[in-house]
Amino acid sequence: MSYVAIKGGKAAIDGAAGATEYLRCKGSHEAPLTLAMIEEQLRLLTSRVVSEGGLYHPRLAALALKQFQGDTLEAAFALRAYRSTKPRLLESPVQDTSNMRCIRRISSAFKEVPGGQYLGATYDYALRLLQLDLAKEDPAAFKAVAKNFLRDTPETELPDNFPKVIDALRAEGLLPPLAPGRAAAFDITRDPLVFPVPRSAALATMARAETGGLLAMAYSNMRGYGDVHPTVAELRVGYLPVMLPHPVTGELMEAGEVLITECEVVAMYEGAHGDELPTFTLGYGACFGHNEVKAISMAILDRALQKGMRDGPSNPSEDPEFVLLHVDGVDSMGFASHYKMPHYVTFQSDMDRLRTTQQKMQQKASEATT
Amino acid sequence: MNAHYELPLEDAGYSFGFLDEYAKKEVRRCILKAIAIPGYQTPYASREMPMGRGFGTGGLQLTLSLIGAGDTLKVIDQGSDDSVNAVNLRQFVQLTCPGVAVTEKTQEATLIQSRHRIPEKMLTEQQILVLQVPYPDALVVVEPSEARRKVMHGEADYSRLLVKLYEDVVRFDEITLSHRYPTRINGHYVIDPSPIPRWDVPKLHQSPALVLLGAGREKKIYAVPPYTLAEPLVFDDIAFRVEDFRDARGQRIACRCCGSTVSFLDELIDDAGRVTHQCSDSAYCEEQQEIHSARKQA
Repeated sequence: MSYVAIKGGKAAIDGAAGATEYLRCKGSHEAPLTLAMIEEQLRLLTSRVVSEGGLYHPRLAALALKQFQGDTLEAAFALRAYRSTKPRLLESPVQDTSNMRCIRRISSAFKEVPGGQYLGATYDYALRLLQLDLAKEDPAAFKAVAKNFLRDTPETELPDNFPKVIDALRAEGLLPPLAPGRAAAFDITRDPLVFPVPRSAALATMARAETGGLLAMAYSNMRGYGDVHPTVAELRVGYLPVMLPHPVTGELMEAGEVLITECEVVAMYEGAHGDELPTFTLGYGACFGHNEVKAISMAILDRALQKGMRDGPSNPSEDPEFVLLHVDGVDSMGFASHYKMPHYVTFQSDMDRLRTTQQKMQQKASEATT
Repeated sequence: MNAHYELPLEDAGYSFGFLDEYAKKEVRRCILKAIAIPGYQTPYASREMPMGRGFGTGGLQLTLSLIGAGDTLKVIDQGSDDSVNAVNLRQFVQLTCPGVAVTEKTQEATLIQSRHRIPEKMLTEQQILVLQVPYPDALVVVEPSEARRKVMHGEADYSRLLVKLYEDVVRFDEITLSHRYPTRINGHYVIDPSPIPRWDVPKLHQSPALVLLGAGREKKIYAVPPYTLAEPLVFDDIAFRVEDFRDARGQRIACRCCGSTVSFLDELIDDAGRVTHQCSDSAYCEEQQEIHSARKQA
């Protein structure tokens, strides 16, 4: 009995941790990454992780990215697990995104919008040609880029806030008026989704969904498994002041600001109710960080899900259960990974069933020939 | 982030049982509900744990909510205390729950967390068994929508599941469900008893120990309370059958280590391609070996 089947688990785990850490550090001729470098130079990666982690803490997101060697699923997962250790201290009031300090703001619905269009930082119209001079970047020149940009940009160029494009559409009666009175938002971190769920539960789930998963679902709707045909009324990226009640006076005060991406899509009108005039319909997307594809995907799915909640789904992207239970990165990556764990016992049971079935069929076949 | 911000490095300490106290309280309330309605899948706001969804996060949340100093914990995976995932979960509990004792001996444990097995040794009223669950709903085999499944459970409508079993018999002359065998609890709700082999299903019936099942990813807790009916779904004329460990001559195969002929066996293939068998429950197997060597010495 020299070999024992499932012994040595602890040694194996310790060994795996050592090997992983070796790979993280083996380029020892280079300096270790600093968290600020990740947060700033890989800002879109950090954005993705704060968004999917559902925790606005770019520095911890940078740490998680460093620790998990750039794996966004793992990094977002680590932020979520960190969240589990923290109590919920209070419920924030509704935040007004018209107060956002925008770094970028566009509308594809109108050539001109109140407040103006600001392209800001985007790769949208960049040529995707590899910039080979980045391979050997001179540190002095690198530092000069930021300095020169700020020097050449007039301070007064950007207003402090912008009016919302959809407010103009609403004022004109092209969008339905805001529903009076708002139900308390569903907190997906404190209540499980039991279907049917309110729209706020859907929005919260999508806000921290895995970007690729959300995009795939939204893309299915764009391509034809659905009919949202959206127009981006407004897409804005910027810093939202977070207003919280003062612990003593209860008065709202600015506790800090978070970088968010917000998108409103407008879709074609549908049959009106009763005497009301038909209006365009609205889809809303918003998430932590600078994640435009995610915010657009979310807005399209919000619109698709509203239709599904009202009329019943005619496509997967309109089915709340189908969309909301399959877009979470922590859930889906965890379950995909778990198949790597030992399944000796269940496989033993599987073999038992197959062997018994094979035996029975062989028996029958031989009985038939004799 | 503010360029002058420094990460608070001393903030890395975690509270007892990792989860915050509100989360543990919520899990305990759901456990009480699950016990009060045997077999009912109680939804709860499952928290993210620092191991993958699917690696036992549901079971772990149950364990962490129930455990206190003075408890003795046993963690097994595939029947073994030394399986990679069992080691990982046990180390995590030891790290976050100072004062909790751990054991590999089934009879010493007050709390047993397990994946895919129920120990061979009969559990007692003093013990709680926590099973990790990937799919909490037995009806998922026949109905993908959770909303529709909920209605079917409420109405105790398991007809489509019975049709699936019937079709198996017609096509293969055998029920092909190998593990996760649908089991009716207290005469109403049919549960997925977690991916335990059929071998372990009878152990749920009238079990002196409380059995709690936790699905972290699917956010459900359910229970088989002590001394409760747990009946695998079958037909009057087709009996429920556990795994068959007889060789081609009809002889019951024995464990190659302890010689037991009454335990669930793992099938192993050695380098030469030979198939051998060994107890899946490692604590049981070791105990049997100790009994044999004590007898030899005596």
